[in-house]
Amino acid sequence: MTNPIENLNKVFDSRVRLGIMSTLMVNNEINFNDLKELIDVTDGNLASHIKSLEEAGYVKVNKGFIGRKTNTTYAVTKTGQKAFQQHLQALEIMIKKIK
Amino acid sequence: MNTENESLQELRHIKQMMERSTRFSSLSGFSGIAAGICALGGIWLVVKKINLWREINLEHLDAPKDNLATDLLLIAISTFVAAAIFSFLFVYLRCKKLNIPLMGMSARRVVINMAIPLLAGSLFILRLATTGNYLMIPPACLIFYGLALVNASKYTLEEIRYLGLLEIIIGVINLWLLGHGLTFWAVGFGLLHILYGIIIWWKYEKNGIQKAGTITND
Repeated sequence: MTNPIENLNKVFDSRVRLGIMSTLMVNNEINFNDLKELIDVTDGNLASHIKSLEEAGYVKVNKGFIGRKTNTTYAVTKTGQKAFQQHLQALEIMIKKIK
Repeated sequence: MNTENESLQELRHIKQMMERSTRFSSLSGFSGIAAGICALGGIWLVVKKINLWREINLEHLDAPKDNLATDLLLIAISTFVAAAIFSFLFVYLRCKKLNIPLMGMSARRVVINMAIPLLAGSLFILRLATTGNYLMIPPACLIFYGLALVNASKYTLEEIRYLGLLEIIIGVINLWLLGHGLTFWAVGFGLLHILYGIIIWWKYEKNGIQKAGTITND
């Protein structure tokens, strides 16, 4: 077997990105403010982490409106789901190995 | 390098984020206890009022008829308002203590999913009242309230589901014992709330803040 650490996804190295992915895995979609509230980070910080997840193809962005206010929601993509599940598996294997 | 501890911590973080984003876990046991006490207090006032009214109207047939229905309705409304205020207050305090936004996404889901059966139930009960089916009102309240709890329980503490089921059972039994509505209310809205309040306090609040983030047993 290969080194399990290789299977850990580098994109999920950051706590914020990991938090975003965990939240999106169990919610169909979520808007920026709710995400900010849950993860407890600044606007800029959250935006840049979402950007990198979007660039990796893990998160899709939907720009919508509620009345006149913009309402941007985020959802996880198929690729993102797969990547996250693989990351979880890698974590599991690591824990088992050390034990 | 990623050690065992780090991997475990990462998994814990993932689990916590998943739970925090789907369930509103900062219910307070004191809310249940306060709501139950309010309900029992309200019912006690109602019983007293009815007894007094009977006494007056049986002994002095010519006594001025005070408006019993209005008085009872007033007691009911004040009881409901008091219970709502106290429940809200304790949830608010708990949110503040745990540093969780009161009206976050998960709390909104709880409110919306409770509101659907409650609104339908309110209209149903309104029609029961206007068509003179007074005896059906107490069981209808219990059943719709139970349905609301079951419906919202997906988004909050699991225990709420069982509280909801118990309310429904009590309401259904009441359907075949019409006329004992007050007794069933005392059990359903009074005793059950107090019991559940104590259980929730015991499980989540007794040991302080640290247990709050985790809902399911590890």
